[in-house]
Amino acid sequence: MDFRLKQEHLMAQKLFREFAINEVEPIAQEIDENHRFPEETVAKMQQYGFLGIPFSKEVGGQGCDTLTYVLAIEEISKVCATTGVILSAHTSLGAAPIDVYGTPEQKEKFLRPLISGKKLGAFGLTEPGAGTDAAGQQTVAELDGNEYVLNGSKIFITNAGKADIYIIFAMTDKSQGTRGISAFIVEKGTPGFEFGHREIKMGIRGSATRELVFSDCRIPQENLLGQAGRGFGIAMGTLDGGRIGIAAQALGIAQGALDKTITYVKERKQFGRPISAFQNTQFTLADMATEVESARMLVYKAALAKDTQKRYSLEAAMAKLKASEVASYVTNKAVQLHGGYGFIQDYDVERMMRDAKITEIYEGTSEVMRMVISGSILN
Amino acid sequence: MNIVVCIKQVPDTNEVRIDPVKGTLIREGVPSIMNPDDKAGLEAALRIKDKNGAKVTVITMGPLQADEILREAFAMGADEAYLVTDRAFGGADTWATSSTLAAAISKLDYDLIITGRQAIDGDTAQVGPEIAEHLDLPNISYAQEIEIDGDEIVVLRQYDDCSHRVRAKLPALVTALSELNQPRYMTPGGIFDAYRSKEVIKWVRDDIPVEDENIGLSGSPTRVSKSFPKAVKEPGMKIEKSVDESVQFIVDKLKETYIL
Repeated sequence: MDFRLKQEHLMAQKLFREFAINEVEPIAQEIDENHRFPEETVAKMQQYGFLGIPFSKEVGGQGCDTLTYVLAIEEISKVCATTGVILSAHTSLGAAPIDVYGTPEQKEKFLRPLISGKKLGAFGLTEPGAGTDAAGQQTVAELDGNEYVLNGSKIFITNAGKADIYIIFAMTDKSQGTRGISAFIVEKGTPGFEFGHREIKMGIRGSATRELVFSDCRIPQENLLGQAGRGFGIAMGTLDGGRIGIAAQALGIAQGALDKTITYVKERKQFGRPISAFQNTQFTLADMATEVESARMLVYKAALAKDTQKRYSLEAAMAKLKASEVASYVTNKAVQLHGGYGFIQDYDVERMMRDAKITEIYEGTSEVMRMVISGSILN
Repeated sequence: MNIVVCIKQVPDTNEVRIDPVKGTLIREGVPSIMNPDDKAGLEAALRIKDKNGAKVTVITMGPLQADEILREAFAMGADEAYLVTDRAFGGADTWATSSTLAAAISKLDYDLIITGRQAIDGDTAQVGPEIAEHLDLPNISYAQEIEIDGDEIVVLRQYDDCSHRVRAKLPALVTALSELNQPRYMTPGGIFDAYRSKEVIKWVRDDIPVEDENIGLSGSPTRVSKSFPKAVKEPGMKIEKSVDESVQFIVDKLKETYIL
């Protein structure tokens, strides 16, 4: 067992770190303050292939692995969790389901432009009445000739309005329960597909979070992703992968807050000494660093499991549960060690603490993670 | 068109300190990077490749760990990479370095050789022009713009207070400034290819057609008499106020710094 990163992973980490520091960090505070989606950063990520990291070259991807993708999300989220989630939602939720479940034609038409072109992806499962209980889908899709007609709405959709291609779940047969849910690929601009309410959020404020509204939205039958009635399995399988992305985001937030705090406590002087000289500071930092490293081990392990195992739900759930709770714990302590300065906007830890909370909620709450984990170990 | 770019692995001098007793660089624990001027040179070569089509070959002389910057060059888009490495080449000054590199490059096809102006660990700015002399090529230093015009190269050459536009017939050697461009990032897929499917060709002593008296420490006539940190020259300040206000501003500044 070797815990060292390979040379290619180390160099990829260096690339992502440079990119994050040069391109992402300088605007992190501003996009949070203005609730502004960083279009320019997305364009740069497209230019350098960041939007296709774990996909094979045959479909236009970079031919890297899940660990490389995790390193990208981690390094970017260290300085800006908003940019981290844009990349994670695009890759794991928008592009990955087409890669796994799509036909060769769908991959050519939708996946290739997503991972090597100028398109951004998103995923619509959550509804006002169907959050953790995702089976309670109210959006319907009826087959009419060779078209499906979508009606209903989705809420809290990351990248909504900014993305070009959406993976949408809808009931094709209500009598069948979860076996009546199907997955569809819907393009922005399709008549009857509109964007609704824009959410104002506690954190990751630069990311676009909006409602998707479908009113007699007609999409071609060939945009059905996978088989009819298999949508729930596609959603759950996709979320297993998404959780690794969010776990990496949470890990990045935690490491970023720890780094900022280490710098701060060496500079901040009280009672004639830097506060790093006090044992309370030292022991708190020791706990923070140990928690971050334990989260990292689970996140990297989940990334390796995704590439080598048939099923990795357990590893993904453990990684997300641990990393997201570590992100909240570490950012909270980071603010505490910054004292009053941690509570004001001038220091990044204020934003990081707000950003951390969502990682315990989206793509499955910590409670859902515990359900997945306990279900697996009691099985 | 064949372009050879000379690159060097250097300690990141933003993070390096000088041993106050020995006067040498403290290299332990300092990350290594591709020399910034060299990276700009590589970017210039890659832009010529993007525009006109070219084969870009990178070459470096150094220890085995210099492999890393060659992989980095692959990940940016270089086509071939050579690592000139042998204990016999160790301790080389600019003469021995340029003799060795010129002999190595003489084995390659080239229309254009690009080197960085200078390396941030030595700051000599001699190796590029010396390679040109060894290979009997025209040399244009301090390039801030490079353009290929048929079988000629047109370079905007930077001086302290002006620029010259200089034209030379290829093959030629150009030394690049880091101001030349903003080098591209690597791509993740490029990094994977660099390590998994590309090969760095290693050349040892016997592969290089160069005389023993011109290589390594024994072939190096330079002797360092003293090393010291460079005094940082702060940028000047332009004051755009009326005469009276400007005078007051300057007086205030001088008082602030206790000169008055």
